[in-house]
Amino acid sequence: MDHGPAVEYHECDELLKYKQKAGLRLFFIYSGIYGVFVLLNTVFPSMMESVIFFGLNLAIVYGIGLILIAIILGLLYNYQCTKMEKRLDTSSSKTQGGSE
Amino acid sequence: MIYTASPLAVGIFFAVVATVLCISFYFGRKTTSAKGYFAAGGTIHWSVNGIAFAGDYLSAASFLGICGMIAFSGFDGFLYSIGYLAGWVVALFVVAEPLKRLGKFTFADALDSKFNSRDIRLMAAISTLVVSIFYLIPQMVGAGALVTPLLGLPHWVGVTLVGGIVIFIVTTAGMKSTTYVQFLKGALLIVFSVVLVFMVVDRGVQDVPYEGYHDFITLQAELTDGSITYVSDPAYTIAGEYTENGLHFVKLEKDGINNWWNLETDTSTLTEALTIVTLDDGSVLFNGAPREDQLFYPVGSMHRIMADGEQVEEVRGLNVISFLAVIQESEVVRFIADVFTSGDEKVRIWYQEITPGNEILSPGLKFHIDEGSSFADKMNFISLMLALFFGTAALPHVLIRYYTVPTPAAARKSTIVAITAIGFFYILTLYMGLGAMISGVLDVESSNMSAPLLAQSFGTLMFAIISAIAFATVLGTVSGLIVASSGAVAHDFIDNFLGRKLTDHKKVIAGKLAAVGTGIIAILLGIAFKGMNVAFLVGLAFAIAASANLPSILMVLFWEKTTAKGIAASITTGIISALGLIMLSPSMFTRYGLEASAAPLPLDNPGIISIPLSFAVLIIVSLMTQDKGKPQGEKALTS
Repeated sequence: MDHGPAVEYHECDELLKYKQKAGLRLFFIYSGIYGVFVLLNTVFPSMMESVIFFGLNLAIVYGIGLILIAIILGLLYNYQCTKMEKRLDTSSSKTQGGSE
Repeated sequence: MIYTASPLAVGIFFAVVATVLCISFYFGRKTTSAKGYFAAGGTIHWSVNGIAFAGDYLSAASFLGICGMIAFSGFDGFLYSIGYLAGWVVALFVVAEPLKRLGKFTFADALDSKFNSRDIRLMAAISTLVVSIFYLIPQMVGAGALVTPLLGLPHWVGVTLVGGIVIFIVTTAGMKSTTYVQFLKGALLIVFSVVLVFMVVDRGVQDVPYEGYHDFITLQAELTDGSITYVSDPAYTIAGEYTENGLHFVKLEKDGINNWWNLETDTSTLTEALTIVTLDDGSVLFNGAPREDQLFYPVGSMHRIMADGEQVEEVRGLNVISFLAVIQESEVVRFIADVFTSGDEKVRIWYQEITPGNEILSPGLKFHIDEGSSFADKMNFISLMLALFFGTAALPHVLIRYYTVPTPAAARKSTIVAITAIGFFYILTLYMGLGAMISGVLDVESSNMSAPLLAQSFGTLMFAIISAIAFATVLGTVSGLIVASSGAVAHDFIDNFLGRKLTDHKKVIAGKLAAVGTGIIAILLGIAFKGMNVAFLVGLAFAIAASANLPSILMVLFWEKTTAKGIAASITTGIISALGLIMLSPSMFTRYGLEASAAPLPLDNPGIISIPLSFAVLIIVSLMTQDKGKPQGEKALTS
């Protein structure tokens, strides 16, 4: 028996598919960057000691870069979703942000 | 080390605790319904929820554990920061909105939203409890580690104190008070960490960390046939020696005090070490004397400072880039732990090792993944990074926070606020950890104390503030975990699995009783696991969450052939395999008092086996039960 979700949110299929596609695309991009980082550390650890710029090595630049890229991709995802929500003018977009 | 409580530190600590309790009282009067208790009524603003996410997630492991690991192992500790943050990408891009859309109080609501399966309810509740308890252990260990220097109380008192306060917070007001405690703590943690990092880089790097830092002595020695026969200072006499795995330790006696030194055989030099020696009669000596004699020093300093290619005694007024560049060029004195038995002495020794900065700031000091490492070492590292990446989006206390906001869009926005705040904080951990490493403040007995002790090097006020925030950090995270556990018991287990259909009021009562029970279990385990690095322990909780919960969450969202039986089997497999592998791991064998090498598997983190196994079981069981657990023609939930 399908008892369904506890709370119903009305978002059209087009919006749901768009968000899912955008999220998965960014997820795979980030997973690739993260995977390369783990691979480099595991297979070519000495490469991580190479100084890249400003006296900082690849390990530090890549590590901090991974954190910054996560933030940037997050903002990009929100921009894409918000733009689409406004365009489709769903009930969700009207109520987003909530209240206290 | 001996810690003495300062009145200022005690005052600020109690002010923070009083504030937390006031918040609980205030919201306690307003919370009457189950939705209010378990999900704060779903009315929290996304920006508040985002910072509360950060307050929830930046636990003792993040603040105390990671800073401590960086302070002792450099970049390898920072790998935890990277992995913890990367996990939020999975949460944001894949899980946040669908889970909000499908759930009510717990993540089991979302998993079960199309099946109405008692099996799923039961297994999701068990999984929530197991993951929460594993996550609670390091928080309680961290609380005990903090209270000792802050209030001069024993570890078990700290653990009991945190447990008691958190049980009070959760049983008075539930998720709403927890949210605002986490919001307050998250904001304070980030603001004061910024202040601390600014002070660290501005102070820069010095040869001698501070006036009064213990001057570790080096003596010249002579060896005959591999044994020591002469020491350059006649005040010392040779009282014994011990050799193992290329390490050579020598016991020297001076003024009636015996202590062990490290002999570097290639240069025939003896370097002073720190030791804790347990004698047959049970007495314990710290550097050859009782603890009260205070011969067991704080450590951590530079060996050689290079700035712009020149050797200097100190560099001050650095910025966030030049601070790292100076450490990269220079050399640091680290203290490496070892254990051996010599005659009637059980010796724990921390000997000096001069480590080049480029090794500090690259992998290999903790995780043996550099050249010459074994296949198992590399697998262990990959397993940890996998568990951290997939664990965040499966943590029950993170998942329930999606139900405190009104809409899926608000869930998304609050996740982005969380990623920004958490990511920024994790970058700060690198500076706090490295700052502690070279500031002569480290307590080799407790890596978890590195960040508060770094703050202490800037004065009692900073120490008091940072310690109080760290304590609030523990309170915030433990509260979230206990709310998640109480929801699993009252909502998933009693209400949905047993089918008791409790009234709103009774469901809240059941949740509060479950909170008390979980709190007591957490207190007992926190006492039992004293001394383990909290970041390592949290890594295990991530592995269990990633193995037990994530395969089900992802597959129910994206694979239309997923069945109820498949989900229940996957969660069961994830819990059992992850827990089993942890129990058989080298770290746990050490905990049992056995040799690590006796462990049947070399993996400390089970993720690389248990996560794929859980996925595989879900797929196989779902394919075998196509007609039993799932309505025909259903599509995956997000399509």
